[in-house]
Amino acid sequence: MMTAKLAKQVLSIIILALLFCYSAFAFQSDELLLDDDEFGLVGGHTPDLEHAIPTQSPSSRRRLDLDSTSDSKSVQFTLEHAFGDSSYSPAGTFTARLKTWSHGGKVMTLTKLRLSRNELIGTEKEAFTRLLKEDNFYTIRVPSNVLNPPGKGYIMSSVRARCIPRESLDEHFLIHTDGVHILALNYGSAGSCKYPRPLKLPKKWMFNSYTVMKNGEQARRTPTFAEELLAAETGEEEVLKPPEKSFWAKYWMYMIPLGLIVMNAVTQAMNVPEEQPADQSAAQAPQPTAQRAPNSSARRR
Amino acid sequence: MASRFCLGLLLLLLHSFISLAVYEDQIGLADWHQRYIGKTKQAIFHSHKTGRKRVVVSTEENAIASLDLRTGDIFWRHIFGENDSVNQVDIALGKYVITLSSEGSILRAWNLPDGQLVWESVLQFSAPSRSLLYVPTNIGMEKDSLIFAFGGGWLHAVSSIDGEKVWKKEFPAESLDIQQVFQQDHSDIIYAVGFLDSSHFVVYHISVKSGDVLKDSMSSLPNGFYGSMVLVSGGILVALDASRSTLFSINFAGSSMSIHEKYIADIVPKCSGTAEIVPSKLTGLFTLRIGACMVLFKVNNGGHIEIANTFSYPTIISDSISTTEGNQAFVVVQHAKKSVQITVKFVNDLINDALKEIVELEPHRGNVQKVFINNYVRTDRSNGFRVLLVMEDHSLILVQQGKIVWNREDGLASIIDSTTSELPIEKDGVSVAKVEHSLFEWLKGHMLKLKGSLLLATPDDIATIQEMRLKSSEKTKMIRDHNGFRMLIIVLTKAGKVFALHTGDGRVVWSLLLPSLCISKGCEYPSVLKLKLWKVPHHHAMDESPSVLAVIKCGHGFHESGVFFIIDSHTGKVRISQKLSHSILQVIPLPFTDSTEQRLHLVIDSNFDAHLYPRTAGTIDIFSREISNIYWYSVDSVEGIIKGHSLQSKCKSDMEDGYCFNTKELWSIIFPAHSEKLAAIATRKSNEVVHTQAKVIADQDVMYKYISKNLLFVATVAPKAAGEIGSVTPEEARLVAYLIDTVTGRILHRVTHQGAQGPVNAVVSENWVVYHYFNLRAHRYEMSVIEIYDQSRAGNKDIMKLVLGNHNLTSPISSYSRPEVAVKSQSYFFTHSVKVMTVTTTARGITSKQLLIGTIADQILALDKRYLDPRRTATPTQSEREEGIIPLTDSLPIIPQSYVTHSLQVEGLRGITTIPAKLESTTLVFAYGLDLFFTRIAPSRTYDSLTEDFNYVLLLITIVALVVAILVTWVLSEKKELRDKWR
Repeated sequence: MMTAKLAKQVLSIIILALLFCYSAFAFQSDELLLDDDEFGLVGGHTPDLEHAIPTQSPSSRRRLDLDSTSDSKSVQFTLEHAFGDSSYSPAGTFTARLKTWSHGGKVMTLTKLRLSRNELIGTEKEAFTRLLKEDNFYTIRVPSNVLNPPGKGYIMSSVRARCIPRESLDEHFLIHTDGVHILALNYGSAGSCKYPRPLKLPKKWMFNSYTVMKNGEQARRTPTFAEELLAAETGEEEVLKPPEKSFWAKYWMYMIPLGLIVMNAVTQAMNVPEEQPADQSAAQAPQPTAQRAPNSSARRR
Repeated sequence: MASRFCLGLLLLLLHSFISLAVYEDQIGLADWHQRYIGKTKQAIFHSHKTGRKRVVVSTEENAIASLDLRTGDIFWRHIFGENDSVNQVDIALGKYVITLSSEGSILRAWNLPDGQLVWESVLQFSAPSRSLLYVPTNIGMEKDSLIFAFGGGWLHAVSSIDGEKVWKKEFPAESLDIQQVFQQDHSDIIYAVGFLDSSHFVVYHISVKSGDVLKDSMSSLPNGFYGSMVLVSGGILVALDASRSTLFSINFAGSSMSIHEKYIADIVPKCSGTAEIVPSKLTGLFTLRIGACMVLFKVNNGGHIEIANTFSYPTIISDSISTTEGNQAFVVVQHAKKSVQITVKFVNDLINDALKEIVELEPHRGNVQKVFINNYVRTDRSNGFRVLLVMEDHSLILVQQGKIVWNREDGLASIIDSTTSELPIEKDGVSVAKVEHSLFEWLKGHMLKLKGSLLLATPDDIATIQEMRLKSSEKTKMIRDHNGFRMLIIVLTKAGKVFALHTGDGRVVWSLLLPSLCISKGCEYPSVLKLKLWKVPHHHAMDESPSVLAVIKCGHGFHESGVFFIIDSHTGKVRISQKLSHSILQVIPLPFTDSTEQRLHLVIDSNFDAHLYPRTAGTIDIFSREISNIYWYSVDSVEGIIKGHSLQSKCKSDMEDGYCFNTKELWSIIFPAHSEKLAAIATRKSNEVVHTQAKVIADQDVMYKYISKNLLFVATVAPKAAGEIGSVTPEEARLVAYLIDTVTGRILHRVTHQGAQGPVNAVVSENWVVYHYFNLRAHRYEMSVIEIYDQSRAGNKDIMKLVLGNHNLTSPISSYSRPEVAVKSQSYFFTHSVKVMTVTTTARGITSKQLLIGTIADQILALDKRYLDPRRTATPTQSEREEGIIPLTDSLPIIPQSYVTHSLQVEGLRGITTIPAKLESTTLVFAYGLDLFFTRIAPSRTYDSLTEDFNYVLLLITIVALVVAILVTWVLSEKKELRDKWR
């Protein structure tokens, strides 16, 4: 009897916990996250990274349409790397298309960035292995001006070498440009880099590069009050209704006590039938005898 | 549940808005305000007439002020703009103060008694030149009392009555250097003298009436001239030749010019060194500084030079003044060990002293740098003299009858850096009598307050209550208090002086002129760098006192080596002073302390080598353990390059030095020179505390703030638009804001504001940045906010994950991971332009934050951060409203009650620092500029303490009354019960 009661209580607690869990599930945001980044092009190898989906944003497509008259030519610039304190050596070539725009002044921008990465040669492999053992920095650099390198100097970026290897050497380039100038180069592992960094040698000595190019995005203009009012007058009469909440989200505070009461009632109801038959049998058992008794006494008479 | 509670709290805060301001009778309770003027450049006495005796001074902080000669208090004061420095000041007509400012292009007249502007004249300006002002001494009641101002290559005659320009005359400034403009003996001729091509001496005779050049004469000297010339008397000038070895006296009074030469080595054989004429206005005399000698020369009417006296170097000689008898008097100030000797002499009697006084001066004032003399008539009709001294620490002292009448700590007008220090802990053993006395006082005070709150107090009582509140001994005690309101603010001034100010009343607890900075010790141009906390004892707080580190450089050069001073913050004694062997580029405090609780500091020198301090074996152990995780960055704002560095092994330049480390360049960001120019840089405060990373938003959702100590905000503007507002069209101007991780050099966010330009002010706190700039399209100032959220933790909302330990909340964050951040931003218009901007800090970071904005009117406005929430929408939903989101408006409101400085102004506001008090609700605010201002604010009201004017006696009486009432009713009920039972 006691164990059954305990089990029921545990059951009710689990049900409650599930209820809470359910309510937590109900609040998951379904907001569509727009990615405004202007992606360039994927590197020499096909990326198998699920988070990096190269998409063309509507804004850049629009720009392309606008720019049907502009001419474009190809430019190349080298990517150099250094292992720890070593000197720089060529590590690959970036190829990009240089577009010239002629609205207003002459503006040049880089598009369609491509990287062809050199294979690591023997000594470089050794150097990289040494870096991995020392947990030292792997440094890369590109010229700050693409047209007449190095411009004002080289743009450098470093990463702890142990962040790079996974199956192969996974790397991620994010190049911030301003016209033909490279502003910054964010280089690092394609995903997360755990700390403390364990020593792990790659299975394949091959760079798996992923390249993204970013031009600055424009700040959202503050809608002035007048504009806001105009918009309110002209069109949308209907006020945006807040998203309808689920039944649970609205009434959980009533449902839980109700559930508890119901459960309590059920428990009691379950307790009663169990005990009642026993009582009834006990109560009913003397009755026939009592009923019979007069008969028997009558018989005796 | 917690969110509900937060919600309730926020709602409460919303309602508490109206009462943020102080009441009139609360002014001065927690705040103080001090007014200063800066280092005095020039002083003009006005003490002849009856009425208030005063001295008008112009200062290096671009201020003019009229000071009371009796007390040193400011009668009135005007602070000119940053680019409007005062060049010359004088008194005209006995009632106007005339100032010539902005390199001699603006002439103003101020009414002497009340400081009101009488007139202003903008003078023609063609090229920068010396600026000179000549106010004829005899101008009286004549209608055309002219004053002559020279500046920008033009000589103007201006009517002193209404500022009307009577005539002007150009002197082309390219080759001509006009050095003196003066008049002789009320004649109708103004002389303008100067050098032409630095080898010819020219005199122009100009008509006072018309400005025509009546005559010009020229004479050449083959060796050329050096420096400036001095006017010795009406027709004689003295100058030095280009080799600085020969003195010339030029007599041009007569019809022809005559030049006398004197070889310095011949007349002053004892002194050696380079000679320099000390600019002065001494009738018939001039001084020459040769190495360590100060030589006073006498020039007779024929232009003949002879030595009058020789002094050792730190001797200061004033200009001469004429006494009532027509004599010319001047003062010589000579330094002894702890005192100065003030000698007044008459020009015609150089052997005897008219007055000789010895004045003791505190050693922390340094040497006398300037002296001004004034005379008065004594009660016995003899001549008396008073002397105004400008000291090395920029303080101003008036000496009369051998005593210091008053002194002003005007060094506090040029604070460079500030920090705070705790006061000592209260020691046991307070005497009983003191307690009893204070108990009696306490009771008396509360009885008075009770009377006040029951509206029984007389006006006298109210005045007493107010006085008691203002002069409460509690706030000026020299021991630590429970709430952390009492502290020492330690400030470093431009003169190299360190002051400790008490937060209770702003008094100077101690001050110290850093010794090796004294000019007498060979440091001509001290440049002060930084003030940092060196040691904050926690383990031995009872018997050890905290100390601060002052880093000073001698000279402005890039490669100058520096000096470390470690100063006890309770006593102001120098514990250690150490001359560094290397230069100082940056001083980086590290988040580690050694076994004696001294903070580790890294000093980066000009070779980008890092030096570790303090230099003990213990620190090197701590440091070598952490070396792989230490990164630093450098900003070259001229070139527009930001670089990141890590530390490596021992220095290559000095292998023996175990405390020197090599650095390696890790990353670089180069802003293209043609399109971007660095305008502002901001980082989080290193001591900022963030209470929680999670932010619960309206629909029970959680967002994780991206909180990183390595977040750097950089704003760049188009180089064309770097000038003044309105100098470019909106199409040409743009502002780019960056958020950069300083470990990897990663640009986390980059956004462009088209048509925006500087000046940019920014503040970074927690996960947000607020920056202020000008929007050329809207013709208004604008403030933008960027909030940055960590998306890599966004998945932790799942309860099952938390239950099963399947979350990443406890894993360490590495900058090398690819950041998954989400950014929210919004822009708002803001009415004011901003001088400085900062944010409140509290002890645990729970209290909501306010931005403290130093406005152009030198006031501090507290603006709630909730107004700068990027999530504000025009029509917030019900749940968003509950969360405390304010409906979107296009501009930020300025609530007049939210001025922290209430009715005061912190003139020349340069910086605001916020210091967390121990009480979570309260922030201490210290603002400095020319003035100092201190107050404490509670952004969400003082929810964690009773206010100071809480009436404990009333509470006590209420409790007693209740107890009595209970007792009485109990007795009554007992009696009633008894009576009932007897029935």
